[in-house]
Amino acid sequence: MSALSELSRLRRRGAPASKSPAERNDGKAALFFLGPWFIGLLVIVAGPLAASFYLSLTDYNLLSSPTFEGLANYQALLTDAQLRKALQVTFTYVFVSVPLQLAAALGLALLLDRGLRGLAVYRSVYYLPSLLGGSVAIAILWRQIFGTEGLVNQVLWWFNDIQPFFHIQTQGWVSNPDTALGTLMILNVWTFGSPMVIFLAGLRQIPEMYYEAASIDGASRWRQLLKITLPLLTPIIFFNLVLQVINAFQTFTQSYIVSGGSGGPVDSTLFYTLYLYIQAFTNLNMGYASAMAWVLLLIVAVMTALNFFLSKYWVFYND
Amino acid sequence: MTDAARADIVLMNAARAAGRRRASWRRFGKHVLLVLGGLLMLYPLLWMVASSFKPEALIFREPGLLASEFTTENYAFGWDFLRRPFSWYITNSLIVVAGAVIGNLVSCSLAAYGFARLNFKFKNLWFAIMLMSIMLPIHVIIVPQYILFSNIGWINTFLPLIAPKVLATDAFFVFLMVQFFRGIPRELDEAARIDGAGHPRIFFRIMLPLSVPALATTAIFTFIWTWNDFFSQLIFLTHPDMYTVPVALRTFLDATGQNHWGPMFAMSLISLAPLFLIFLFGQRFLVKGIATTGIK
Repeated sequence: MSALSELSRLRRRGAPASKSPAERNDGKAALFFLGPWFIGLLVIVAGPLAASFYLSLTDYNLLSSPTFEGLANYQALLTDAQLRKALQVTFTYVFVSVPLQLAAALGLALLLDRGLRGLAVYRSVYYLPSLLGGSVAIAILWRQIFGTEGLVNQVLWWFNDIQPFFHIQTQGWVSNPDTALGTLMILNVWTFGSPMVIFLAGLRQIPEMYYEAASIDGASRWRQLLKITLPLLTPIIFFNLVLQVINAFQTFTQSYIVSGGSGGPVDSTLFYTLYLYIQAFTNLNMGYASAMAWVLLLIVAVMTALNFFLSKYWVFYND
Repeated sequence: MTDAARADIVLMNAARAAGRRRASWRRFGKHVLLVLGGLLMLYPLLWMVASSFKPEALIFREPGLLASEFTTENYAFGWDFLRRPFSWYITNSLIVVAGAVIGNLVSCSLAAYGFARLNFKFKNLWFAIMLMSIMLPIHVIIVPQYILFSNIGWINTFLPLIAPKVLATDAFFVFLMVQFFRGIPRELDEAARIDGAGHPRIFFRIMLPLSVPALATTAIFTFIWTWNDFFSQLIFLTHPDMYTVPVALRTFLDATGQNHWGPMFAMSLISLAPLFLIFLFGQRFLVKGIATTGIK
């Protein structure tokens, strides 16, 4: 199903089943077909990865040549208050908005279960935001919606006017450090369409006969959901979780646009990648930014490994 | 039939009818819920469209979709607000997108054939490396990439955005096509091989024509991602004449602050139009692409 499952299959079984009967070696043809990929891997990916590690051990501002400093950058990371803030912002965002997004995706996918009339239309409507959500245009829209005179406040004013019972305090949601990150989380939840489509595809894989057997035995719909649907869906939930966590860690555009490139107010939307960008391309601290890059790589790798490790306890593989 | 039995049947039928009524009520309730939810999801977008046709002053006074006044002023104003007309930035974006799409189609399908059909040394190792490179965040390697491209004088050209695609660094699509190629029966290439065809011929004459759905998915997602990409375009394109649409929009926002929301919405909507067209006409590939591979 995915690159993830492919990797674990490679680990479990060794080779993907693609040996030809003749066991030829197509070295020459491989050079032609895989040449561009290999050069790309070397020059665009592996080379920069190694260079980035070297740079993380240096002080480098693009203008003069790098000076070797050992682990100084990593030491500086430990005491950088802004970095701590960036980690806090990013982790809060990941841990709050990803579960909410997946819950919305799963809920909708279950509602849109098989045989519902107009399924294709609903699916499109709910999917559209995740197609557009990563763009600058939507980030601009978000900044207005949650602005001081934005759509949200307009609705709240109207709501406060028509009834005397509740009064909801209006405010500039993106300019208040307590709520700015929340608006970005809402944006992430709003794009639940793509995990929803993946859930729908997963639901379709569950054989109808399980449900038939269960209803003959008198299992309620709720029980069927708990005992059949959810267990069989756990691999898909896991897959979506890994994917969305990796994605959420790399959030950049939204925080850049909503905060005007600063991560403000008071660093409340200073995402890790935005701070990395500021260090590298505004302050020209290329060495420091490279150290940050390696920390990011480490975090993503540890989170993914942790997800894989924990998956043993709750993901159910039917094969 | 006894009266008791008849009464049973009547009762049973009544119960079944009630059950059906309950089911249809439940279905109705579900639809109401789904429609309301959908409206809530789409309202920000619809409101953006409506606002782009409202006079500036009304955007902040009327949260509804229908305005008392209709104007296209925002579009005219926004189009010529920056140094160049907006079509300039659209052209830049289209050049980058075209390069990226063609690059990905060619390089990723070539590499995918290599992994799906050829035997070579350490194939599993290379394949695993390719899979892992999918998960590598671009932010980790962007600094050395910038240094590399600036040393060869590529900053403020479109090359840093296109060359990586020509070299198949979007390994995600390599994987997508490997999956697809594996589904094509091997008997087809074995037959061609017996007829004397080499690998390039098999690739061009057999695999590619059979892989149109995978190629279309690749093209569509490359289009969407490149069109939406802000991070690398912001970094590699700093000269105003080289700005692509996302970078131009950012400049628009910076230049106007909180003032010209109408024109900003108008240009933002124009920037979303290509995505919306893809959404309308390429949905089959979108849904299939996401469902089989889990891309956004």
